[in-house]
Amino acid sequence: MNSPVAVLAHSHRAPPAPVPAVHDGTDARQEPAMSLLSIKNLSVRFGGRDAVPVVDGLDLTVNAGEVLAIVGESGSGKSVTMMALMGLVEAPGIVTADRLEFDGTDMLTLKGRQRRHIVGKDLAMIFQDPMTALNPSFTIGYQIEEVLRQHLGLRGRAARQRAQQLLERVEIPGAASRLDAYPHQLSGGMSQRVAIAMAIAAEPKLLIADEPTTALDVTIQAQIMDLLLDLQRDQGMGLVLITHDLAVVAETANRVCVMYAGEAVELGQVPRLFNAPTHPYTEALLKAIPEHSQGARRLSTLPGIVPGRYDRPQGCLLSPRCPYVTDHCRAQRPTLDPHPFGAVRCFYPLNLTEVTR
Amino acid sequence: MTAVLNARDLTRHYLVYRGLFKGYATVQALNGVSFELEAGKTLAVVGESGCGKSTLARALTLIEEPTAGSLQIAGQEVAGADRQERKQLRRDVQMVFQNPYASLNPRQKIGDQLAEPLTINTSESRGERREKVQTMMQKVGLRPEHYQRYPHMFSGGQRQRIALARAMMLNPKVLVADEPTSALDVSIQAQVLNLFMDLQEAFNTAYVFISHNLAVVQHVADDVLVMYLGRPAEMGPNELIYARPLHPYTKALLSATPTIHPDPAKPKIKIAGELPNPLNPPSGCAFHKRCPYATERCSVEIPPLRPLDGRHVACHHAEQINA
Repeated sequence: MNSPVAVLAHSHRAPPAPVPAVHDGTDARQEPAMSLLSIKNLSVRFGGRDAVPVVDGLDLTVNAGEVLAIVGESGSGKSVTMMALMGLVEAPGIVTADRLEFDGTDMLTLKGRQRRHIVGKDLAMIFQDPMTALNPSFTIGYQIEEVLRQHLGLRGRAARQRAQQLLERVEIPGAASRLDAYPHQLSGGMSQRVAIAMAIAAEPKLLIADEPTTALDVTIQAQIMDLLLDLQRDQGMGLVLITHDLAVVAETANRVCVMYAGEAVELGQVPRLFNAPTHPYTEALLKAIPEHSQGARRLSTLPGIVPGRYDRPQGCLLSPRCPYVTDHCRAQRPTLDPHPFGAVRCFYPLNLTEVTR
Repeated sequence: MTAVLNARDLTRHYLVYRGLFKGYATVQALNGVSFELEAGKTLAVVGESGCGKSTLARALTLIEEPTAGSLQIAGQEVAGADRQERKQLRRDVQMVFQNPYASLNPRQKIGDQLAEPLTINTSESRGERREKVQTMMQKVGLRPEHYQRYPHMFSGGQRQRIALARAMMLNPKVLVADEPTSALDVSIQAQVLNLFMDLQEAFNTAYVFISHNLAVVQHVADDVLVMYLGRPAEMGPNELIYARPLHPYTKALLSATPTIHPDPAKPKIKIAGELPNPLNPPSGCAFHKRCPYATERCSVEIPPLRPLDGRHVACHHAEQINA
């Protein structure tokens, strides 16, 4: 394998292998008629209408049967985006959007009862910490059956049988006896499997996994990711994977949305985005991974930290940290512009020299 | 060069009360770990949660007594050291913890926290302490005005810098870092790892670097110790282990670690199941229930750690597997 560092450095000049004509919904102007999830100009604010947005003007689409990864550092707004979609942002948080549509339903105006018919059934979520996602006072069988009761109307033996099948589907050994176990009797990996069983119980069209393996060991992480992808292919679900681990994304996702300080800065396909990132932030993130500095004593770093509420720059949000910054960047905020391979929010995108923009 | 840290057959067992009629059980958290560490070198300890990494850290930092085995710090035997000697030994071994939000006192100013090791262990005057603190703050990339601030005013990465500065205040011979970057974002992790490397160069400190992130370990370590259920599975030089792991568990760990440029020609080695219950470990080799190469011998006989191909491996079939 040639060194990944070399790949990054060379990609400025050498164009990567030709990419087939992209028609993937990354084009912001393209009308996402077929997409399962369509978000347009989503903003989430905490602390009043003129507070600094936590998520700022986000456009995103997810197609049926697609794996989309949202990556970014803590505080970049990746989780809040999905919480807004599920209606989990409560007052005083303010959610505004031009469109927030899931499977033809406008999630923005939906009232409680109707929302609960969709969330948990067609739209399910897995959380980071499996230990706290489960209720410690009920058996896992009861908690899985609850989903089946609520959304599929299953009762009694039918519900129990289905719950057992689900536990078998997520590869829990001794499923029948595990139905009566309480969450504290399970390991972290097992608890995450149970959380996945609950999420897929009603065969959702879209599954949102928020850092599903961050709390787990590598061997268990590999098992859980395999299981998730297997289920996704099996049931043809859309899968939104929220994570900060770029390596996990490289191995699992079809498409990536990179977020920085509440904005989407780059949209692209895997593996092109990893071979030839177009946004300086994506490039810096990739360079900061130890895997890319093999043999070097020092890692390449992005100086400084993510801007907070009070030091938000006027121009490009990355401008104080960006190695390619110009006066233009400091004065004006770039927009997310589509290019043949995705979209990028930068005045001087990288790795696009061969392409007429 | 002589070793600053010399562990031989380090063992730590815990007695666990299982209830009125069940009596006590023994957890063998750490079982026969031996290594030598020279000044300016880094030993990385890797393994899944529950494999004894943190128990090893607690034994090395004298937080807990080992049940058996010997530990020498800078040539001084720890077992049997008197109060005065132990005090000196504790100065020589310092620790950085995983969570920088929990390891700093929220009510104490940064300057005072950094000066505390000096206050306790030296008879330096207030002025000298202050000067030393300021020098160290500069070394780890903190600004002088940070002296008067409280921990909540800092980000996670800066807090880990503070924790590292505090550990380095007494110029220890050995620094034990328990998952120091796993709570940090990628770009901040890179900054903190660089700081670790810079300080090691400046002070010639020996590091024991505990981590479950194999990419980070490959970057920082000179030697790697892979542990499984309290026992060493494989130990040797970084390059050898990453280039050609011999133990099936090391192979599986490396294979399970996701990479940015996955090689489609290399299929992933999948290992089923989870770490066994340490209260009731499997007979023979602790890994045999998950091992794709296990034979009858593995379920009966505990494999000893033996030298092979430039490193140490605890596997009966290491030769056949890697033939």
